Amino acid sequence: MNKHTIAILVNDQPGVLQRVSGLFGRRGFNIESITVGASEEAGLSRMVIVTTGDNKTLEQVSKQLYKLIDVIKVVDVSSAPMVARELALIKVNAEPSARPEILGVVETFRASIVDISPSTVIVQAVGDTEKIDAIIELLKPYGIRELCRTGVTAMNRSGHR
Amino acid sequence: MVTQSATLKSKEEIIERMKKPEVITGSEMLLRSLVLEGVECVFGYPGGAVLYIYDAMHGFKDFHHVLTRHEQGAIHAADGYARASGKVGVCIATSGPGATNLVTGIATAYMDSVPLVVITGNVATSAIGTDAFQEADITGITMPITKHSYLVRRVEDLPRIIHEAFHIANTGRKGPVLIDIPKDVSAAKALFKPVTEVNIRGYNPTVAPHKPQIDKLLQAIAEAERPLILAGGGVIYSGGHEELYEFVTKTNIPVTTTLLGLGGFPSGHELWLGMPGMHGTYASNKAIQAADLLINIGARFDDRVTMKLSGFAPNAKIAHIDIDPAEIGKNVPTDIPIVGDIKTVLTIINREAKPAAKADAWRAQTQAWKKEVPLKYKDSDTELKPQWVIEMIHDTTGGDAIVTTDVGQHQMWAAQFYRFNKPRSWITSGGLGTMGFGFPSAIGAQMAHPDRLVVSINGDGGMQMCAQELAVCAINNIPVKVAIINNQVLGMVRQWQEIIYDNRYSHIDLAGSPDFVKLAEAYGVKGFRATNKEEARSAWEAALRHPGPAVVEFVVRKEENVYPMVTQGNTIDEMIMGDAE
Repeated sequence: MNKHTIAILVNDQPGVLQRVSGLFGRRGFNIESITVGASEEAGLSRMVIVTTGDNKTLEQVSKQLYKLIDVIKVVDVSSAPMVARELALIKVNAEPSARPEILGVVETFRASIVDISPSTVIVQAVGDTEKIDAIIELLKPYGIRELCRTGVTAMNRSGHR
Repeated sequence: MVTQSATLKSKEEIIERMKKPEVITGSEMLLRSLVLEGVECVFGYPGGAVLYIYDAMHGFKDFHHVLTRHEQGAIHAADGYARASGKVGVCIATSGPGATNLVTGIATAYMDSVPLVVITGNVATSAIGTDAFQEADITGITMPITKHSYLVRRVEDLPRIIHEAFHIANTGRKGPVLIDIPKDVSAAKALFKPVTEVNIRGYNPTVAPHKPQIDKLLQAIAEAERPLILAGGGVIYSGGHEELYEFVTKTNIPVTTTLLGLGGFPSGHELWLGMPGMHGTYASNKAIQAADLLINIGARFDDRVTMKLSGFAPNAKIAHIDIDPAEIGKNVPTDIPIVGDIKTVLTIINREAKPAAKADAWRAQTQAWKKEVPLKYKDSDTELKPQWVIEMIHDTTGGDAIVTTDVGQHQMWAAQFYRFNKPRSWITSGGLGTMGFGFPSAIGAQMAHPDRLVVSINGDGGMQMCAQELAVCAINNIPVKVAIINNQVLGMVRQWQEIIYDNRYSHIDLAGSPDFVKLAEAYGVKGFRATNKEEARSAWEAALRHPGPAVVEFVVRKEENVYPMVTQGNTIDEMIMGDAE
């Protein structure tokens, strides 16, 4: 079972997210994360889906996606060198005494503090999934109040596709 | 019955009138667009959300509208129309319950790749999402069972959407397309400009095959000692039956045709081995298991054909020709994938196809299987046997009727014993296995072919799922000949309960069914009953002579089973052959 990151160029139409996610659901394909947003072309959106499965499953995912009329292009981004990033917002307990240590973690990860209250801070971290996992691990001892992750968005490095 | 040419004016005149750019309502745009798509017959049922559409149809004579008695009847009729004619079937229903009553029919068409344009009304755009009266999210509900769907939000989009819908439904791997039209859109006015071009960026089916793959197949045929063709519904849907015949003639390779492929190759041909699979012939199933090259032409390796997948065609190199790339390699690993339209692909192959030169012994072997173990049943002089009824129907119709069936034992017997020779003469719900399909689909087939004999073979169970459409036959004088093989039980379920569930018969007794003769007559349809061979033949012949619709009930015993049978978990050569002599 391999992890695959696929980018799907779709028409920006009502219901298109439902068509794509519904297809994954009813054919038993797994969705680990999904992100959707505008693409470089007006009228088209790009979805990035992280899924797991062997190569046969991936081939079926791709072929079934192409059968959707609103799907323009399907690319297995993870089959070539790629840049994959997600963003996390982490609201963590931060009494004044703990703040220097938290700041140390934040700086190490090139994350940033985007909100401060008397007892908490919100840390914004950007990176690949492993980096986000790591900063979360390091912030856990302080007490994470709330955690949001965007899921992975990705594209191939220049010169690859 | 009302003939279409009698009421339709000259086509050109109508088309000129329809094309005229005018400010008209969405409903009028719909009707005009349908005519411009070549629609001659639609099946429908009115209701609140389609009142503007039906108002526009008041006095409208440029296509026929058949008012069914249930939306399910309408969509199965549209399906039968499409399968019999090769044209797109069209049906109309209102929002909410009207739309949801279409769901089974949409799924039936989707599973069997039948081109339909399904039009539903919806509540006004301002009311969508408010749980309004008779509101249902039909585009959402049908997303998994349509090839595509549209919710029309602006009346200006309607002509383009309708044109796209017909294009999508009837190209590539065919299928149902749904257009949901909110009530305010069908009422709104805009300038109508006919759309004649399609430009759908994400939709461009591969028609022409990749030539190197064709060369591989030709090479494989030259090397094969035990080649076999498995032909499916794709042969018929692409109009490639003549090309298949030529391919077989040139290569001399034996052929087995799937349930939906029946009629795609003449059953009278020496090289035809019958149908494969769960109730397939001995010769077909043995041949698949022994083959060293299996050429799948427009079939999808359905589980009723392959049975135990891991033991299917264990010795064969697999070649698979299909218009839908997703079918190739989905169930069976494929050595030679060929994506393309069957007719186009076979035309190209036929230019270079040569006899399978190493396969003489194999041909003799398959002929021996065919002759030594034919389909058979234990006939009786005193009792009416369902298989005999099918053979009698075949004999009295010269094998030339359009036959529709419902689902169950009678369907398998009809597939086995009505020897089909022509495409689009066999209409059955294969993929979804929809009971209630047999009778209304015959109405559609008859509307498509007013001059042909249409026979609908049903069980006593399925007939009661859409019997209300007898009214449609009666009022429009649609002369479908309905055979009901009445064994007083749900026969296929009974068969499984007998063989697999150790004779534990659970809820299969259909006692309390109506007197079918009286039921027919209550609708004004001629009814007959037969309980022995003599009665059967004379009742059936009387029904055929009768100019209008007729129902013939054949009363048979319930203990009869369909053989051969492969039970689940077994490979297709592990057949239960039954008790026939």
